Amino acid sequence: MSMARPIATTRSATGISTGKLAVWWLIASEIVIFGGVLGSYVMHRLGHPEWADQAANTNTWAGAFNTLVLLTSSLAAVLAHNAAEMKDGKKAAKFLWLTILGALVFLVVKSWEWSTEIHHGFTITSHTFWSFYYTAAGIHGLHVIIGAIIMAVIAVDAAKGKDLQRVEAVGLYWHFVDIVWIFLFPLLYIAK
Amino acid sequence: MSDATTAPDSGHGDSGHHEDHSKHYIKIWGILLVLLVASIIGPELGHPTVTLITAFGIAFVKAYLVIKHFMHLTVEKRYIGFLMLTMLAFMLVFVAGVAPDVMKHEGQRWTNDAAKAAVEKGLKAHPPHHAGEPADQKAHEQH
Repeated sequence: MSMARPIATTRSATGISTGKLAVWWLIASEIVIFGGVLGSYVMHRLGHPEWADQAANTNTWAGAFNTLVLLTSSLAAVLAHNAAEMKDGKKAAKFLWLTILGALVFLVVKSWEWSTEIHHGFTITSHTFWSFYYTAAGIHGLHVIIGAIIMAVIAVDAAKGKDLQRVEAVGLYWHFVDIVWIFLFPLLYIAK
Repeated sequence: MSDATTAPDSGHGDSGHHEDHSKHYIKIWGILLVLLVASIIGPELGHPTVTLITAFGIAFVKAYLVIKHFMHLTVEKRYIGFLMLTMLAFMLVFVAGVAPDVMKHEGQRWTNDAAKAAVEKGLKAHPPHHAGEPADQKAHEQH
């Protein structure tokens, strides 16, 4: 074993590589963050039936399209993991770039959606519903951006056949981001 | 470092033997897309129970499929699942503790006048519309 590589990269004292375990811990903390925001939102929606009038202005089709995009990017992420398992770094990198493309499409749609809503006067301060909307979707969007950047770094290494175990780790994170959106979609776009 | 603490990351707990699971993942993706379509069409019918099942029930099914088939949590070390459940339990404790104050606007010895007034004002200005009816822009204009 090369001493130049960090021990955490391949160490597996708990039965799981330390890097992957760290991602699971990250996801655990994210559950509390997103759970807190979504839980608060659900309680407010149930206590304030008048918010339905505001919620009626979100674009269901944009939300549905972005759900399709994220589900497809999750498929690309798991196919990257599948390729990494078979030690095919180039194929894994290719699927990671496809996942990043999904992230970019998602962000473009979101930017268009937000621009339109802000243009119509639905800003983060116009109503508590919109405060929740921009906060929840904003935090989620930030995770999409961070995930895309990390995946780009890993894809460059994966193409060289280096540190392929990271492909699965970043995939776990990406699937979690997908799951958060799976719940955001009905809460923000369907419940009207 | 000993071999006991250094292991290649199999991802499935089946180190050494790796098969191509591409077709399986694509099949799961297909099911997820069908569920997505159902979650959009269901609420259009305008029936509250159907909306609840198709929009929110299906979200849980979709999340389960992603967790099981894409994240492989069911074949991961068991303590990872317990870790996730612990975090969900924290979330539920938070909701259970706060819900009475947020969802109710009055109790035996207290009343939240501001929240009650906001609900009454909102419902008076914009009575609940029927499902499927296009939203107007009056809410914004009022602000």
